[in-house]
Formats: sequence, structure tokens, C-alpha cells
Amino acid sequence: MKRFIEYLVEGALKISGSITSITILLIIIFLFKEGSGLFKNPVVEEGYVLTVNRDNPVEHITSFQIKEIYDENITNWKELGGIDSPILVFRFGDLENYFSPEELGQEYENIPQCLNTLINREKNIIAFFPELYLPKDFSGKQIAKEKISPVDFFGGKEWYPTAQPAAQFGLIPLLLGTLWVSIGAILLALPFGISVAIYMAELASKQMRSILKPLIELLAGIPSVVFGFFGLVIIVPLVQKTFNLPVGETALSGSIVLAIMALPTIITVAEDALKNTPRAMKEASLALGATQWQTIYKVVIPYSISGITSAIVLGVGRAIGETMAVLMVTGNAAIIPHTLLEPVRTIPATIAAELGEAPSGGAHYQALFALGAILFLITLILSISVEYISNKKNK
Amino acid sequence: MYTIEAKNVNFFYGEFQALKNINLQVEKNNVVAFIGPSGCGKSTFLRLLNRMNDLIDGVRLEGEILFEGKDIYRKDVKVDELRKKVGMVFQKPNPFPKSIFENVAYGLRVNGIKDKTYIENRVEQSLRGAALWDEVKDKLKKSAFALSGGQQQRLCIARAMAMAPSVLLMDEPASALDPISTAKIEELIHELKEQYTIIIVTHNMQQASRISDKTAYFYLGKLIEFGDTRKIFTHPDHQSTQNYITGRFG
Repeated sequence: MKRFIEYLVEGALKISGSITSITILLIIIFLFKEGSGLFKNPVVEEGYVLTVNRDNPVEHITSFQIKEIYDENITNWKELGGIDSPILVFRFGDLENYFSPEELGQEYENIPQCLNTLINREKNIIAFFPELYLPKDFSGKQIAKEKISPVDFFGGKEWYPTAQPAAQFGLIPLLLGTLWVSIGAILLALPFGISVAIYMAELASKQMRSILKPLIELLAGIPSVVFGFFGLVIIVPLVQKTFNLPVGETALSGSIVLAIMALPTIITVAEDALKNTPRAMKEASLALGATQWQTIYKVVIPYSISGITSAIVLGVGRAIGETMAVLMVTGNAAIIPHTLLEPVRTIPATIAAELGEAPSGGAHYQALFALGAILFLITLILSISVEYISNKKNK
Repeated sequence: MYTIEAKNVNFFYGEFQALKNINLQVEKNNVVAFIGPSGCGKSTFLRLLNRMNDLIDGVRLEGEILFEGKDIYRKDVKVDELRKKVGMVFQKPNPFPKSIFENVAYGLRVNGIKDKTYIENRVEQSLRGAALWDEVKDKLKKSAFALSGGQQQRLCIARAMAMAPSVLLMDEPASALDPISTAKIEELIHELKEQYTIIIVTHNMQQASRISDKTAYFYLGKLIEFGDTRKIFTHPDHQSTQNYITGRFG
């Protein structure tokens, strides 16, 4: 009987273990499947077509170029490798500027023919309209039928998922935003974190440590939205006043808030590492007449350097994945930042802010999953490097 | 003037009294062995002589310990200066995770010495002094952990010698070593006697009788007997000493 119960418990443990691993694997597969779905979407919005005159020599046009044409930043076909003539931009809503309601017909049944005529007539036109109205015997030329390419995503410099006719899913501004905020946070948190860790591990008296330790653990327990609120109310105005900026919601504000949030991780891990220095090492140094400070920086820190590195990497990981607080204080402008004093948008903040408004299964929705996959890969690399660093120490 | 003199020393770990009214004098260039059963206070007393017990919380000292006539527990004494003059070798070899050369040079470097040739000379001198030079001269840049236990212990002795202390405290320096390494350490102690005053804690009676000039027998925190080694090992005054050195207990 007893044997049977043991057998049962063992089975239950085994099953729960496998279920957990399978769930995790499924989540990852789901993430990557949805994310890679982005590259199955056409450059031009689904259900629409982009056409030019039959005689137009331009064959290929990138997603970014389409956006620039419709933003009127590219105004001449020459810039796209065509003939030297101005581009005539046509949106579907412009139809009534070219044709009278009679020509379009009572039930708009003549729209396809009108479009056909227009595109034939205007040599320099680029026309964007619903696929529904594509004439059966279309005499123009449909362009940009390609799918969104990895180059558009990984090399794209603009994130503008609602742009028409071609939504922009450029990773670079978001990735840079994330890195700027995280690196800023680490640069701020590191000196404080390591100093506090050294103080707690080597210098603090027992009473001092018994006050500090729970305080730091308390800091780790504060919900991130509270940090975000604190940042919005205190740090954002402070940054704005100090640097005399038009707005205080900047990468720097995000870095400061994240630095405070990453501190408990850095302090706890670094302190553990410092405390792992064998007593014999410290005694050897002190017995040779080294002062306490010399012992700390010549023996204790070199001995625990890999643990301290792990602390830093874990802190970065915490900072990179943080969503709420960053969303609240960084201004969320998806532009490539040049200084820490500009608004930025991070990857997690983008996902959190846009997932609600992205139609399920659409390109935007899948692009957000692709962002999630990128974030996952970054944190995966970070955790692997922590593993690697701490293994190296044990050898 | 004695090199080291303890006057009415009482020492407490919290409530527990580890040393009871110790009085002891060590003369220059003597080798003194501290013997006694485990927990008798001999290591504690040794660690008082270079204030290593300062690192432990909740300890209290009464009485005076004089080094070259000066009380080392006075407020104006700089601990790091004292430890430069009173070197220590620990029970387990504890080299730093650095090269052999850097291990020996460590004390010089923390002392602010930058002169490269001076450091090189002192390292060689110390390694020769510790009878290790011939074994390591071709691999000074290698990690100290690549050495055997006995070599590591001699490296630690060389490291202490590089500071040119006047006293060397040794806390069971051979207890973690094999017989051949132990013999080498003992030989070394014999030679070091010329330059240093050596105080050695040991559990090995033969070792104490072979290497020391004077022996102190500790029991339950008290110094039971202190005198010439030959006398202690042949006609001890106390029955307890007699019992211990003949191996009847301890």
C-alpha cells in the first residue's frame, strides 16, 4: 500500500514537471509562430492595392519608400529610379476630385472603369485603393506586391503601425529606446548598488544590516505601477526642471525609475557574491598588514567579480523587461533617440500600449508578437551569459 | 625587554571566557610552541597577538599584551602597522587566487612599494627563505593554486616573510600537510629562527619537542605550564601536562 502511494506521488510529480515544461515550450512556440506571421503579410495593407501607370519603369518600391511618397517626402519618380517627373499621389478619397458623381454611377458601379481611365491617363500617378475596385481588365501596373521582409522589420527605422498605405514595422527605434533606457538605468544603479552591497557585506555593523536588508527587500516588493506613479509625479518634473526641457518624459526619467527598481536585484546578488569570499582570503590579506579597504578592493572584489557581473546582467534583464513604470515615464515616442533627454519608447511599453488596439491576426498584431520574440531572445541571451559567467567561476 | 609579553590576559567570546589570566613572555629569536587539547584557547591566544580576533563580533579583552614593550591594544596603535611586524601563517594554506609572484608581492604592494626591481628582489629573497625558490622559479607567473598543499603553505610563509616581520605566528601550519611537506616546514622553521621570533600552535607533540625552545601548555583556557621544551617534555611540573604529552588524554 505504502509502495503504491509512493509510486502515485512520484507519478504526479513527474506529470506536473512535464506539464510545466510543455506549457513553457508551447508559449515560446506560440510567440515565435505569431511573430513570424508578420513576414507573411503584404507590404501594402491587406485588401488594398498600389498601382502605377503601365509605362512607369519603376518596378520595385520598398515599404519605407511608399510611406515617404504618401508623406510627400519623395515627390519625384527620379528618386525611385524612374523618369524625371513629379509623382501624382492618389488616395481613394481623391476620386471625387477627378470624376463627377454621374460618372461614378448611382451605385458607384463605375468606379473600376474610372480608376482604369485615370491610371491610364496620368503617367505619373501612384494610386492606392481597395482591391475590391480593381478593374477586371486592368491596364495599369500593380506594384509592391511583396510580403514584408525581415529587412523591413530588423532594419526599419520607423515604427508607425497604422500608416497607410504601408504600415511601418521598424524595430530599430524601439530596440534603441529599450537599450538606451536600460543602459542608462544600469549606469545609474551600478555605483549605488555595488557600494551598498560592499557596505552591507563588509562594513556595516550587525544592527545596520538588520535595518538595511529588510528595507531593500521591501523595495523589491513595491508594484511597478507604484514606481511608475512615483516617477511621473516626482522624477519627470524634476528632470524637466533640471534640464530645462519642454517635457520631462524622457529616456533619463525612465532610466532613473528603472535604476531604483533594479537596485534590490543588484544589491542582493552582489552582496551574496561578496559574502562568498572565503574568510581565509580576507584574513590572509589583513594579516599581511593590508587595511580593510585594501582588502576589499584587492581581495574581496576580485574574488567575487563574476558574482558582481551576474548581478549587473540580472539588473539589466530586470530593466529590459520592465513595462509599466517605463510606459508611464518615457513619453513613448517611437523615434530613434540621440540623447537621454528625448522621449523614447521601449519594446515592452509598445506591446502593452498597442496590443489592445491591434486587430487580432493582423500585421500589427503579429508585429507586436515579433517584438515579444525579440525581447525574449534578449533576456534569453542575458540569462545564458549569467549562467556562463557563474559556471566559469566554479572552475 | 621581551618581544611579546602577556599580562593578566582574560578573553571572552560573549559570555564565554576563553582565556583565564594568562601571563607569558616570549624572548627574541625563540621558537615557542603552544600545545594543548582542542578548545584550550591556544589558537585564540595566538590570534590575540596580531589582533586577528578584532574581526569577530562580541569579544572582550582584559589585561595587556605588549609587543616590544608597547601595548598593542591601545587606541592609538595602528592595526595594519602591527600586523606588518607580526606576520601570520594559517592552518590551511590560503594563497590568493593570483600568480605565485603576486602572492608574495602582495604585502609589499599594499604597503605602497612601487619599485619593480626592489619587489622582484624581495620576492626572490622570500621564496628562497621559504625554501621554495628552486621549485617555482620557472613558473612565477602561474597561479598559486597550481602548487601542492605543502608548496602552498611554504608560499604563505614566504608571503609573510616578504613583509620582514619580527614575529611569525603559525597556527598549526603543518596539520593539513603530508609527512614530507611537514618535514620541510619544520626544517624551514629551524632556519627561520635566526631571523624571527616564532610562535607555533601545534597538535603534534613530536613536532613541538623537535622544533621549539620553549613550550606552553594550555588547558581549559588556562596556561598550565610554560618553560623550556626539554624540561616540559621530560619533567613537567604538573600531572596534567604529563598526561597530555604522553598521550593519556587530549
